[in-house]
Amino acid sequence: MIKQIIFAAVLLLTLGILSYSFYRIYQLFKLTRPAFKIADTGKRLNKLFVVAFGQSKIFRWPYTGLLHALVFWGFVVITIGSLEMVVDGLLGTHRALGVLGPVYDIIIGSGDVFGAIVLLAILVFIIRRLFLNIKRFKGVEIKKKSKQDAILALTMIFLLMVSLLGMNLGYYGLAVSESNIEGIYPVSAFLFGLLPEGMSYSQLYMIHEVNWWAHIILIFLFANILPYSKHFHVFTSLPNVYLSRLTPIGKMNTMQDVKAEVEAMMNPDAASEPPPEELGSFGVSDGEHITWKNYLDSLSCTQCGRCTSVCPANQTGKKLSPRKIMVDTRARMKERGYQLIKEGKDATDGKMLINDYITEEELWACTTCNACVIECPININQPELILEMRRYLVLEQAKAPGEISMMLTNIENNGAPWQYSPEDRMKWAE
Amino acid sequence: MTDTTKLNIPVMADLAAKGEKPEYLLWIGCAGAYDDRYKKVSRAFAKILLHFNVNFAVLGTEETCTGDPARRAGNEMLFQMQAMQVIETMNSYEVKKIITICPHCFNTFKNEYPDLGGHYEVVHHTQFLNKLLDENPGKVDKKILENSSITFHDPCYLGRINDEYEAPRKVISKVASQPLEIDPNRSKALCCGAGGAQMFKEAEHGDREVYEMRTSQALATGAKVVATACPFCMTMITDGLKAHNKEEEIKNYDVAELVAMALGL
Repeated sequence: MIKQIIFAAVLLLTLGILSYSFYRIYQLFKLTRPAFKIADTGKRLNKLFVVAFGQSKIFRWPYTGLLHALVFWGFVVITIGSLEMVVDGLLGTHRALGVLGPVYDIIIGSGDVFGAIVLLAILVFIIRRLFLNIKRFKGVEIKKKSKQDAILALTMIFLLMVSLLGMNLGYYGLAVSESNIEGIYPVSAFLFGLLPEGMSYSQLYMIHEVNWWAHIILIFLFANILPYSKHFHVFTSLPNVYLSRLTPIGKMNTMQDVKAEVEAMMNPDAASEPPPEELGSFGVSDGEHITWKNYLDSLSCTQCGRCTSVCPANQTGKKLSPRKIMVDTRARMKERGYQLIKEGKDATDGKMLINDYITEEELWACTTCNACVIECPININQPELILEMRRYLVLEQAKAPGEISMMLTNIENNGAPWQYSPEDRMKWAE
Repeated sequence: MTDTTKLNIPVMADLAAKGEKPEYLLWIGCAGAYDDRYKKVSRAFAKILLHFNVNFAVLGTEETCTGDPARRAGNEMLFQMQAMQVIETMNSYEVKKIITICPHCFNTFKNEYPDLGGHYEVVHHTQFLNKLLDENPGKVDKKILENSSITFHDPCYLGRINDEYEAPRKVISKVASQPLEIDPNRSKALCCGAGGAQMFKEAEHGDREVYEMRTSQALATGAKVVATACPFCMTMITDGLKAHNKEEEIKNYDVAELVAMALGL
């Protein structure tokens, strides 16, 4: 009974802190602009199953992709076991889901096997990060803190798997001696065979208890670290994929304010209503201008760097890094958002997302080739923000590289990006 | 490719005056109309259409920029003004089907005009050529391009962005042989460096130029011809060949030019 009370208290504390963290993030979402209506459930579920559960895009990098997919699938299976632990902890039961019979065998058996697979995959990941000089893990946006963040997350997952296997091992030992086993344990049974003969009941009991508590407390800790970590993608990736943009990737968003104005200009009689006096600001210059989808993208980015490694600008040594666009957006949103909440909408800290985080040089280096978009395993769209920031520069600030301004003037004056007369449009046929 | 005979290209306004409506609008695009190199591609493609008696017309002097470079340079106002003007012109001729040579125009018509009231069936010239060659078997002489090894550079706005990887490859196979593949290709292909209004400005400071990098990847195939299907890619690859001092040995052709050659046009 005392164990149940302690467990309930720890669980309550965990959920309390977690709710607070989510509430703080929700407050930031409330500051964002609308993106799109969430319709087409069928298409979205399809994305969720193919891209998220099927890990279709991560397999574009076959080897590390496979390792990630195994870790992900392992997490899905093992999470069911974790939920059982919560039930057991609260009710004082042992392996409460055992009533599921063969289904339980499958869940727990694959959880046991995946425990070992995830453990090995994480070891590979740690070695890659610490000892191999991998370009994808570097960049100006990858500060020392991001690197520590990555190692911390990997270490926690490593310990989670060690404790999972330890717990299963202890349970298996105890259950075998009582010949009363719920579930199957291919890996733990094998490990049990490696233990010295004649482990006492109390030793096995200790192994089980210590690992059980270590495992559940690690889960609670990990869950509460995630909202402040790049590994928040454990929570946000599935929603982010479900909430993918369903429009063609080559389609830029139509600015409705501009459309109303252009329609009124082209056809003044038909304009039913005069365009609103106070137009919203054009494009994105700071946190409050991004849409909820941009913010969710930034929260879901785990800084894997696949986008940056395929970016033509980045590969040729330019400053643009699509990953940095996401990292900066998340960081600025946190800074700017709470300032707006505290001091109201006129608050200023003399900084902006544009210039202070993302420079014009970065923004003008994008070729909109969409390699980053195709590569992102969780359907983040980086160019959307880049282009929205260009909109701010051009429409609000009339700031563009000289040649771009010239090109725009040419289109305005003679309907072509170059300075040729429309009269010459048929010269190619002569 | 140096002929200067005037092509008899049907123009929408003339046909409308006679009460005729062609099946297709051929959209030439600004590069196709003004860029000296790409004008040859417009000629090559138009000759193929004439050769196969395709029922088409161009807008001629009524054509104007789709607005794509303005939009990607951040000027939504100018984009929408251009777009609405184009839509008005096209709708006045009751255009239903458009063939474009430029993948950027293709993308804009296909994906961006519907929001502004322009709904058309849009075909890229590589898709149209593929269909034409299927419908007219036995017309090409494969011997003409027999000795040229060809590789194909995927334009971003055709491939990655509009998921058309096969049409240009099929066309090349039909007039010559299966193209050599650049590493990386298709959805992993490297951009030529000119998209998103980059065409009209110097690149930002870096270690090397994107066009030079992409060209070195194309050269690594050992092909004698680098085929493209986009005016911007054409300019960039041509520059890349110059940067590598290969402009004499290696040629850069649009897929349409290869078809015209194989047809003896």
